[in-house]
Amino acid sequence: MAVAPDTLRSSRSRLRTWFGEQPIGYLFVAPFVLFLVGIYAYPFFFAIFISFYKYIFTAPGAQINQPFAGLSNYTAVLSDPLFHIALRNVLIFLVINVPLTVAVSMILATALNGRIPLRGFFRAAYYIPYITASVAAVGIWLWMFSGSGLVNKILGPLAPNPSWLVNGFWAMPIIAIYVTWKGLGFYILLYLAALQAIPKELYEAAKVDGARRIGAFFAVTVPGLRPATVLVVVVSIITGANFFTEPYLLTGGGGPDNQSVSPVFLIYREGIEQNHPGYAAAIGILLAIGVLVVSGVSRFFLERD
Amino acid sequence: MRRIGWRRTCTVLVVALVTAACGGSVPSSSQTSAAKGPIAIWYSNNAEEVTWGEAVVAAWNKDHPSEQVTGQQIPAGKTSEEVIGAAITAGTTPCLIYNTAPGSVPGWQQQGGLVGLSNFSDGDSYINARTGSGAAQFKSPDGKFYQMPWKSNPVMIFYNKDVFQKAGIDSTNPPLKTYAEFLTTAQTLVAKGGVQAAIWPAPTSEYFQSWFDFYPLFIAQTGGKQLVENNQPAFDSSVGQAVANFWRQLYSSKLAPTEAAQGDAFATGQAAMAIVGPWAVAQYTGKVNWGVVPVPTEAGQDPSQIHTYSDEKSIGMYSSCKNQGTAWDFLKFSTSQANDGQLLQVTGQMPMRTDLASMYASYFSTHPAYTVFADQAARVTQVPNVPSSVEMWQDFRDAYSKAVIFGNQSVSQALTGAAAAIKTLLSK
Repeated sequence: MAVAPDTLRSSRSRLRTWFGEQPIGYLFVAPFVLFLVGIYAYPFFFAIFISFYKYIFTAPGAQINQPFAGLSNYTAVLSDPLFHIALRNVLIFLVINVPLTVAVSMILATALNGRIPLRGFFRAAYYIPYITASVAAVGIWLWMFSGSGLVNKILGPLAPNPSWLVNGFWAMPIIAIYVTWKGLGFYILLYLAALQAIPKELYEAAKVDGARRIGAFFAVTVPGLRPATVLVVVVSIITGANFFTEPYLLTGGGGPDNQSVSPVFLIYREGIEQNHPGYAAAIGILLAIGVLVVSGVSRFFLERD
Repeated sequence: MRRIGWRRTCTVLVVALVTAACGGSVPSSSQTSAAKGPIAIWYSNNAEEVTWGEAVVAAWNKDHPSEQVTGQQIPAGKTSEEVIGAAITAGTTPCLIYNTAPGSVPGWQQQGGLVGLSNFSDGDSYINARTGSGAAQFKSPDGKFYQMPWKSNPVMIFYNKDVFQKAGIDSTNPPLKTYAEFLTTAQTLVAKGGVQAAIWPAPTSEYFQSWFDFYPLFIAQTGGKQLVENNQPAFDSSVGQAVANFWRQLYSSKLAPTEAAQGDAFATGQAAMAIVGPWAVAQYTGKVNWGVVPVPTEAGQDPSQIHTYSDEKSIGMYSSCKNQGTAWDFLKFSTSQANDGQLLQVTGQMPMRTDLASMYASYFSTHPAYTVFADQAARVTQVPNVPSSVEMWQDFRDAYSKAVIFGNQSVSQALTGAAAAIKTLLSK
């Protein structure tokens, strides 16, 4: 049976209306779109959905009542003292981790960009912690900061009591410093790339104007790295606010006495261990909003002239 | 233009969401409860249990060519409970898991992940005949069994005889009966025994850690009571306070560290004692010259009267199982008198059977060190089978950590606070 040319034209026209002039382009992007939707978008929207339900994970096909809960998960989270401690801990973490990450990685990147002996070795050395498995890195820090560990042996009577990782005051700063140390390699790499984009002429001009090395660093390098700094700050806020491995492994489950719990650790405990995914999802959504606000504010201040 | 863009986005999203939302389904119970055919099982990754599991599977497969069993170690994870919980949600559990923690059973039952063993015509009678009156503790609030009580590891005090001798303490009948004796002995051990700690229970905050410090002593002190009795917390009492204060003294005197040990503190000689069950014998043999005594009580009860925590592991049948008829038959086969004897022989763990000592008398005569565990296995208590079990234990652990381990609150306030929180949980 022959198809009328008008019908063919009409269906092509409809296809173009929906998919544009080059529909095959969709075929090329489809795998990544599916990945993005399946791995990120679907769980994200599903998390929003279950945060409004008394939801539990069930066996496939199991008929379990999952009633609508309105905002009750959110009100329960916001009135949970443990969530308040977790938020306080994120704040402590960010206050230590973000400035330290920016300052140390910028200084080290500048040094590693110069002509120093064993430059290749140092570049690799700073990157190694970043690619080392967290469990192995945590093992080293446990050995260093335990009561009978290396740090306390060096400090002798000056060592804190209780020791670092079971000390309510020191547990969070140690976690923040550990994460800074572990992530440095990545941020140094970002700054090293950004340093290549600063024109040499600016340094020469600064030298002509009488600036020494430190003067040139503050007058040329720091402003020249501003776009990279915005990226470093935003990325370190996002990854930092999601810290989990450290309270999970380094301080034995958010210890001492829950003084190093983080929101993501609570998500794990509530969602996975206690099967309250609705409650856990509410924590996740509140955390995502908080991180968006903090990184947005940071960007605003860092990007304005 | 904007309208076309929105349509395109919708098309892509709908296709992707439908694809992502596709999932499996489980067969109905009527189809599966009598069905026979191949099944899969998981067992613990403990080397001795793997040996036992492989042998039992091989013995079954020899005689059941059309109902072959595939055994494998439980997949790696921080805890078996996390792995099983995730597998239930994904519908990837095997038919039977020989490492089912009773504390997690209420939650998995709520998830629809477990098959009621009482639904089998001989389910209740088989369990009751094998385990006796002790089986009652494993019933769920609806009166049914969702787990088969399998083996216990009665928690006792292991001690390092060499360290005791070095500290000048009697290593044959160590003074560890009363709280006062235990504390004095602990002080001597740390002062003269060359160890960092007298005893080193995990001071971390996982919900299950209280099963290996507070709970065995609480059970001993109360003559076998559970943390919750008649749906009411039982620990906010003078007995609960006595037990918690005993541990508080150990922590505050630095006889028990507040930091987690690097490795097994007892096996590596960092601690003189450990509070654990007989599963650990295989870990200690050849490393530590060990002895074992019951957990202490305030007044030093006669050892033959002391109860303790069972650290029991059950066998669960999971709802994703298609051939439940075979699974039930294999479950009975693997818990037969002969296979329980093999379990005892290979792992040193105590099958949940009545008359354990007389049934396997020849084993105990050739392994006298295990007689004490068999005796203790007759007086064990489980975790309460109540909904929200994990939350309840987490609430308790948080309060215990605060007051007992870190001393940031009075013991009585912490226990009262935990009891109030648990009461609220139980009333939901």
